[in-house]
Amino acid sequence: MTDFQSGVEPMVYSGRIRMPYQWSAGETGSRFFTQLRDYGRIWGSRCRVCDLVFVPPRKVCGRCLNGIGEWIELPPAGVLQTFTVVYRHRPAIHPADPPFAYGIIRLDGADSGLIHLLGEIEPGEIVSGLRVQAVLKEKRERRGDILDIKYFKPFSA
Amino acid sequence: MAQRVAVVGFGQTHHKSNRGDVTGIELINEAVRRALEDAELGPGDIDAVVIGNMDHFENINLADMWGVEGTGGYLKPVMKLTTGGTTGTTVAIAGYYHVASSLFDVVLAVGWEKNSESDTTGGTITAFDPVWERFSFPGALPGLALDAVVYMQKYGVTEKDGARVAVRDRANAARNPYAHLRDPITVDDVLRSPMLSYPIKLLDICPRSDGAAALILAGEEKARKICRQPAWIWSVSVCHNYTYTSDVNFGYLDTLEQACRETYKKAGIKDPGKEIDVIEMYQPCSFAGLSWLEAMGFCGPGEAPGLLWDGATDAGGDLPVNPSGGVLNANPIGATGTIRVGEVARQIQGRAGACQVPEVKTGLATGFGGCYWSDVLLLGNRPR
Repeated sequence: MTDFQSGVEPMVYSGRIRMPYQWSAGETGSRFFTQLRDYGRIWGSRCRVCDLVFVPPRKVCGRCLNGIGEWIELPPAGVLQTFTVVYRHRPAIHPADPPFAYGIIRLDGADSGLIHLLGEIEPGEIVSGLRVQAVLKEKRERRGDILDIKYFKPFSA
Repeated sequence: MAQRVAVVGFGQTHHKSNRGDVTGIELINEAVRRALEDAELGPGDIDAVVIGNMDHFENINLADMWGVEGTGGYLKPVMKLTTGGTTGTTVAIAGYYHVASSLFDVVLAVGWEKNSESDTTGGTITAFDPVWERFSFPGALPGLALDAVVYMQKYGVTEKDGARVAVRDRANAARNPYAHLRDPITVDDVLRSPMLSYPIKLLDICPRSDGAAALILAGEEKARKICRQPAWIWSVSVCHNYTYTSDVNFGYLDTLEQACRETYKKAGIKDPGKEIDVIEMYQPCSFAGLSWLEAMGFCGPGEAPGLLWDGATDAGGDLPVNPSGGVLNANPIGATGTIRVGEVARQIQGRAGACQVPEVKTGLATGFGGCYWSDVLLLGNRPR
């Protein structure tokens, strides 16, 4: 039995688990998405206790755990906090082919960030602190999800 | 009721990109047997088992059940914990809680991963919000890039500074027989390696490894009987932060700052740079080896590149960082944090072999995971 483990043909079994899921956006998230889809408007929610404005909108403030009832419309423009340019990816589940850029945008008037793609800019020209604005899909193409915003591009007045 | 706790045994596997020669259970068992041999204990001496991995990386969800023949947990209390990248430090900290409570005297803490069995990036993506963030999120790597970009822009840190971190860690890994990557590299090699997600290149980022690690933790009386030089756990802290990636304070790891501040306070550390002799940090990319050192209080903002180029963080320097070669050179994710704790324990015991740095009385191990949270453990050579 000394050579029991030598010259063994390695057996490998492949599998693939495909599980369907349905993720609810909740009433608060759904209100954001239907407003974006139907009117192209971006709404945040404001915690009166902490005086913080959240996008994505929160039903409950994560800091003080009080319920949030106040909606605030925000302009589709803000400041890029940070970014990266993705040159390779696996698996290919992303909404764009590499190289593509994405970053975190703080919309004017918001106290939290929104993660999104960057477009209409060369990778080498992106810096944090850049002013950016949302580019929306045409209304007929909008489905009520976060990609109803196509990407953020450099701000032009 | 509470009692002091020490690491009295440690075992790890030889980490590789693919351990096709063993199943996950057998891999776990290698580390467990080495830890038991190290402590000169048998399975009957273990009161409870804590085990952890990243479920989605192997898609075997109940490692606490499935791994029993690896851990020796038959008819014992077994608990599975999974907290992303920090899983390996979580099992160590949970083991510490078990023993510190005095409800258990000898606890086995096991972290493991077989990254080769699935797609690490695909698994990582499932940790993030499916409605708001998952569409954009290409795994762990670009999140680290978001962190590096802000830090570099703020302090004029360059890709070359990051490369020097990777060169240091690889030079250390060359002395560690358990490391996954051991061939020395140069700054030029790093700079010329393929760009993955700006500014992170192939040699700036940790690999995916197969491996396991096990710690044996014991209460004060037992520890002295089991082990000539226990590595005493002085204090631990855990600090989590946000739900959404987009809320993280990129460029400065405030969870690590907070966890370190708490850890130092609990142990009475006033000047960490002078009082801590070695650091094994969960450093998933080279740039984290700079700004995170600042968050840990070892230098001021923007000063880490100076420490690095002066050689202070090299194995022969005043503040050796990752003498084992660290996470950049072996990253079996669920085990990665466990290895940090084990390597610090080895340094304190003076048993780190070719990786040993001189005169270690205290050492710091950290864990990092998910939406930028941190675990910290401070160990010392005497009870405190």
